[in-house]
Amino acid sequence: MVTAPASVPYERYSPEPAHWWLARVLSDLGKQSGLGADDVDGLCVSSFTLFPDTAAGLTQHFGLTPRWLDHVPTGGASGVITLRRAARAVQSGDASVVACISGDTNHVDSFRAMLTTFSRFSQDASYPYGSGGPNGSFSLMTSRYMDAYGVKREDFGKLCVAQRDNALKYPHAMMKKPLTLDEYMSARLIADPIVLYDCVMPCAGAEAYLVMREEDARAQNLPYAHILSTVERHNSYPDDPVQIRGGWALDKDEFWSMAGISPGDVDLLQTYDDYPVISAMQMEDLGFCEKGSVSEFIQSNTFTYDGTFPHNTSGGQLSVGQAGAAGGFLGLVEAIRQLTGGAEQNAVPDAQYAAVSGFGIINFDRGLCSGAAILGRT
Amino acid sequence: MTDALKRPPKKDPQKRTNSPTLPPYARSRKAIAFTLAAAEGRFALQVCAECEHVTYPAREVCPKCWSMELEWRDIPDGGKLISETTLRTSVNSYFRERMPWRIGTIQLDAGPTVLAHIHGDVGEFERVRMIARTDKSGQGVMLALPEKETPNMADDRQLRALTCNPKYRRALVTDGRTELGQRMVKALADAGATRIFVGIAEKWRPYEGSEALEAIPGVEIMPLDITDTISVNELAAEMGDKADILINTAEYVRPGSVMQRHGVTLARDEMETNYFGLMRLIQAFGPGMKARGADGDNSACAWVNLLSVYSLSNWPVYGTTSASQAAALSLSQCLRGEFAGSGVKVINVLFGPLEESWRQPLPPPKVTPQRLADTVIHALTQGIENVTLGPVAEDVVRRYKEDPFVLERELTQINQGM
Repeated sequence: MVTAPASVPYERYSPEPAHWWLARVLSDLGKQSGLGADDVDGLCVSSFTLFPDTAAGLTQHFGLTPRWLDHVPTGGASGVITLRRAARAVQSGDASVVACISGDTNHVDSFRAMLTTFSRFSQDASYPYGSGGPNGSFSLMTSRYMDAYGVKREDFGKLCVAQRDNALKYPHAMMKKPLTLDEYMSARLIADPIVLYDCVMPCAGAEAYLVMREEDARAQNLPYAHILSTVERHNSYPDDPVQIRGGWALDKDEFWSMAGISPGDVDLLQTYDDYPVISAMQMEDLGFCEKGSVSEFIQSNTFTYDGTFPHNTSGGQLSVGQAGAAGGFLGLVEAIRQLTGGAEQNAVPDAQYAAVSGFGIINFDRGLCSGAAILGRT
Repeated sequence: MTDALKRPPKKDPQKRTNSPTLPPYARSRKAIAFTLAAAEGRFALQVCAECEHVTYPAREVCPKCWSMELEWRDIPDGGKLISETTLRTSVNSYFRERMPWRIGTIQLDAGPTVLAHIHGDVGEFERVRMIARTDKSGQGVMLALPEKETPNMADDRQLRALTCNPKYRRALVTDGRTELGQRMVKALADAGATRIFVGIAEKWRPYEGSEALEAIPGVEIMPLDITDTISVNELAAEMGDKADILINTAEYVRPGSVMQRHGVTLARDEMETNYFGLMRLIQAFGPGMKARGADGDNSACAWVNLLSVYSLSNWPVYGTTSASQAAALSLSQCLRGEFAGSGVKVINVLFGPLEESWRQPLPPPKVTPQRLADTVIHALTQGIENVTLGPVAEDVVRRYKEDPFVLERELTQINQGM
């Protein structure tokens, strides 16, 4: 079971190291759950900027003596994948209480530094071509995807605007000004066809949650959510010339049959949204609409927390900000909040089931890691 | 269509010269083989020796059959642009200064899809011809060209950044007394160089072809003796800030092995021109060129060394000359290292026996001075750094690449003219 969602308010730039952000979210996690270093016997960490440390070094730093430890390098897919690993560890008895923490810092020059050394393939074969970073990679995907499936800029704009509406009710969002479709449509081009509002703002922040058995959560009086289903997949469809589908499409059937519900039962969806194209792809590939029909699907829903098909109810990374690997936790932590009564102004009424999806690691020309989870209210 | 490049205006001495910024230079060790192919003007990717799968980016193992036998082979250069974008922001200073910048995904006929720079004349979803060249950081990159030649194609700013096109540039040819030097000057003028400074030692001494040389448009005869430090420094003080391209045509060649010589006099003369001469030129002109690597459309862009292929491995028939050429080759490698980060390319042309008097008894096939001059222009316009010219040189380089120690044995066998 999953509990105790914790989010540290983000900062655009931070002089603190990733260690500070992870420590801060762990501290919040402790306060929120009433559990401490003696209670936590499993640790799972996801962070890009923790160098020279890994999860191992953090055990000593944080005074933990866990019997289960993992460091998940899957970026935007790390929330779901961390959940999956931690849940299996608890299920098999390797750990009782796993703290899943993710956080990154953002120094003034650290985004550039991270792009420079992100991966060997990107260093050899994509970064030298204009050094657009993810803007460049996603613009190529976006343009191909729009051509292939007749998706319009207005469709992406609608997702961005809805997320901003949601963000206005989420206290930690970095973007606090309303956004209109007109503003989106006339926004500055960043990498054609991607405009300013399609892009996330890199920042510093941290997110966390706990995984434990149901009886342990009850004993602590912690509100919790059930994990109904999880999948992960890496380097799916390697022969697609440009990525216009992700690993979800491979795992969709298993995903829904494991959960025992169908897409129509889901009350809210949290996608990984560092660009709206990838949110649209997740909606299709997870089966919320047919492949190729996302344009109509977008036009027939509001995506706001109080409307139809609530999506990225905190505002997502597009409006909250992208705190490195914590961007992969943002949707999951928000889903736990929604299902455990933790969401306040942006609460989805009577939410029973949440789908969470992750996508990460633009290694060369495409995102390699994908995953998804269904959580249910108790 | 590409707009024709305009002749750069005269430089305002009050204005600051742009510092060279660089595209990303970090590469994996495997990817350096791609850079080498690019420096040679070849389009090569890894091909699995076992299953023939063509793979990209550079890998350690074939992703299809897990064979470790990945060979860099020249592959068909055709492809199709299947997705593109125009970047308007970049975290890298070099690109940031040059926004907007067009890149795209190319589906290669050979199999893989690659990310590449895109020539301005390539239309949406069109077929392209790929080239690999070294960029301003000296690393190999791909550029997609239109499949067919277009008007002013060479003036495209992405292509021009990868090449050292003499058009509207100023060049120094260090020795204009020889047929080679004179052919070189003429070829530069034909390629659009606006001013060609031609070094002539002991100007009062008449030489063949002087009238024709002086009649070439843009030619300015300058006193230059590269065996004389003061002469080299004086010329650099006078026109060093206008050396966009430097072509060292000076050479000193004499037949003979070490034991066929008495003393070191001739060998010293060889070294004075071939080694110390190059060194003087580098010391006098190198720093200025290095600082002008990003100086607009007529930035400093190339340093050209013309070297005997026996600089790679000694041929005792020209034993001591080979040694001085080897020293020059070594120095050119040092120069490449010193120019790294400036955007100025070091172009080394390794040629086989030249058709000129000091190599007169050597049998064909030989390289004519005209052919050598044309080859230099080709290397400049194409941006190729490592050139091998003529059947003899190609043969030696091929053996050198296979095994330099076997080549050494071959060149020093008893039947090798000794």
